[in-house]
Amino acid sequence: MAEDLSPVLSVEDLKVVFSTRKGEVHAVNTINFNLNSGELLGVVGESGSGKSVTMMSLLGLLPSPPAEVKGGTVLFEGKDLLKSSSREIRRVRGGKIGFIFQDPMTSLNPVFSVGFQIIEPLKKHMRLSRRQAKTRALELLDLVGIPDPQKRFKDYPHQFSGGMRQRVMIAIALACDPKLLIADEPTTALDVTIQAQILELVKDLRKKLGMATIWITHDLGVIAGIATRVIVMYAGQIVELASVEELFANPQHPYTKALIGTIPAVRGERASRLNSIRGQAPTTLKEPSFCSFHPRCDFAFEKCVSHNPQLLEHGSNHLVACHLIEDKGIALD
Amino acid sequence: MTELQEEITPLVEVRDLKVYFTIYAGVLRRKVGEVKAVDKVSLDIMKGETLGLVGESGCGKTTTGRAILRLNEITDGSVKIKGEYIHKTSLKEIRKIRPTMQMIFQDPQESLNPRMTVSSIISEPLYEHQNLTRKEKEDRVYDLMDSVGLNRDFASRYPHEFSGGQRQRIGIARALALNPELIVCDEPIAALDVSIQAQVVNLLEDLQEQRNLTYLFISHDLGMVRHIATRVAVMYLGQIVEIGKSENLYSSPLHPYTEALLSAVPEADPEIERTRKAIVLTGDVPSPATPPQGCNFCNRCPKALEICHQVEPTLNEIEPGRFISCHLYNG
Repeated sequence: MAEDLSPVLSVEDLKVVFSTRKGEVHAVNTINFNLNSGELLGVVGESGSGKSVTMMSLLGLLPSPPAEVKGGTVLFEGKDLLKSSSREIRRVRGGKIGFIFQDPMTSLNPVFSVGFQIIEPLKKHMRLSRRQAKTRALELLDLVGIPDPQKRFKDYPHQFSGGMRQRVMIAIALACDPKLLIADEPTTALDVTIQAQILELVKDLRKKLGMATIWITHDLGVIAGIATRVIVMYAGQIVELASVEELFANPQHPYTKALIGTIPAVRGERASRLNSIRGQAPTTLKEPSFCSFHPRCDFAFEKCVSHNPQLLEHGSNHLVACHLIEDKGIALD
Repeated sequence: MTELQEEITPLVEVRDLKVYFTIYAGVLRRKVGEVKAVDKVSLDIMKGETLGLVGESGCGKTTTGRAILRLNEITDGSVKIKGEYIHKTSLKEIRKIRPTMQMIFQDPQESLNPRMTVSSIISEPLYEHQNLTRKEKEDRVYDLMDSVGLNRDFASRYPHEFSGGQRQRIGIARALALNPELIVCDEPIAALDVSIQAQVVNLLEDLQEQRNLTYLFISHDLGMVRHIATRVAVMYLGQIVEIGKSENLYSSPLHPYTEALLSAVPEADPEIERTRKAIVLTGDVPSPATPPQGCNFCNRCPKALEICHQVEPTLNEIEPGRFISCHLYNG
């Protein structure tokens, strides 16, 4: 099959709206991206930028109401997930698409043993017998680096440390050989030395298994280390999309630039003063007819207030949504 | 301790500080053990400096900070602030010293009373410790709001109407109300978004310069600590493993734990990331109720010697201002 050519996942014009008492919040506003096989796509943005909502909506995991997918298509293996019945989606979820959540404590069920929770998807999706499933579960525990899987199999989540729990989550997500793995801030709740362990593990697993991955995080450091391509989100929209090298070496959008500038380095030169971005992220109560970043942008001009910029290609495979670059063609320094 | 000259007398002197939490169990609530949250910590904080206190969750950094302010009972050891021992003073006496030492908490959501307006939150310490007229208080609140960058018009609003970053500014204004000398900042930016973190850190730096403040900056964000701190102390399992000037500690970490910790921090630069070799520690941090025999770090240390499993190392000064607690540097 010509697997490398067609994307694993393609998202087009996805819109998600939350109905609140104050009105409709446009959490995700017209998002487009493709994910190719073997790729690790990083999604960065601050809280409320819509990164988690985007990924949850792909799999119908958002509670509705208040959430409502207002439009768009999500093609996975030629099927539109947004138009699939909940039964069809359930077949994909946890099977061909694996999910890792941020907090390994709240996403594992405390009253079932870890082994049971790994076996569950194996029986549901792969129709394995109990014994086969157990063998596979032990393999998985070993794969994610849990020592003494035989013994740990019967243990409950509270008997594991945070890092070990996240390994269990990864084992569950990988149980059915997913084509796509979605990881939502998987290392945010972990300490840095434990984060290093998990990142090593994921890099290793991707080399072995080669699944396409979407990695949501607010940590640009983590992204720089593992991603191949990066999406930067702001107020429900993609503001920049580029390969990881290109994004860090040559960021175009003022928000991306500012964001990279706010992070103090642990190595090399120490900046005498941190760059900060004034103001705060907006709430998206209106469908924006302007650039959402303009109140915080040092370079905003009239058009930024009256028109919402489109995500356009500037340079090879480098997409930016900014009037400055679109109209004036300036790369700022 | 020898008497030192006036200008380098530390503002805070902590010696052999121990904070143990007793574990009770069974029907009779008998004492069955102790969690050694802070175990023999000694450190000085100089006037006008920022001492960064770093470590992973559960290493005792917050407890150390709270114990220095006597917000936690001290099991053993001494704490001296501005020449006064405060580890044994009665709570009534402590109250009198409180204005010089304040705290900024991690979660601005939970450390502000949701039923109080911004102006009453900021002025509460003034009620408690100073006799001011209503007008004086109001002026003081406005001054404080100006200095932390809050709009005066918001004085009668409630905390829920503010964003996280602004709430942290309210917390900072409250801490500044009594013109303190020492502020313990306990993870003040951990709950904030990246773009807001820089705003708050810049504010803290400005305030330090204007008011000659001394900070104990507790954080797990090693990049931010490098940025803000003059000196850094690294904690592991209730003990300090290394203290030194920020630039020395970051450029050449000596203790194997510091080395591993720093190597594990990802850098927002794919160039560096491609070649960065993290020292991946095996296993997890042991429980402070059952620390290993010998050095606390011995069971995860890639460089552990025979002696590390038997004898507990002590904090030694190996070069001026650089203290290490490790057998590798004892010879």
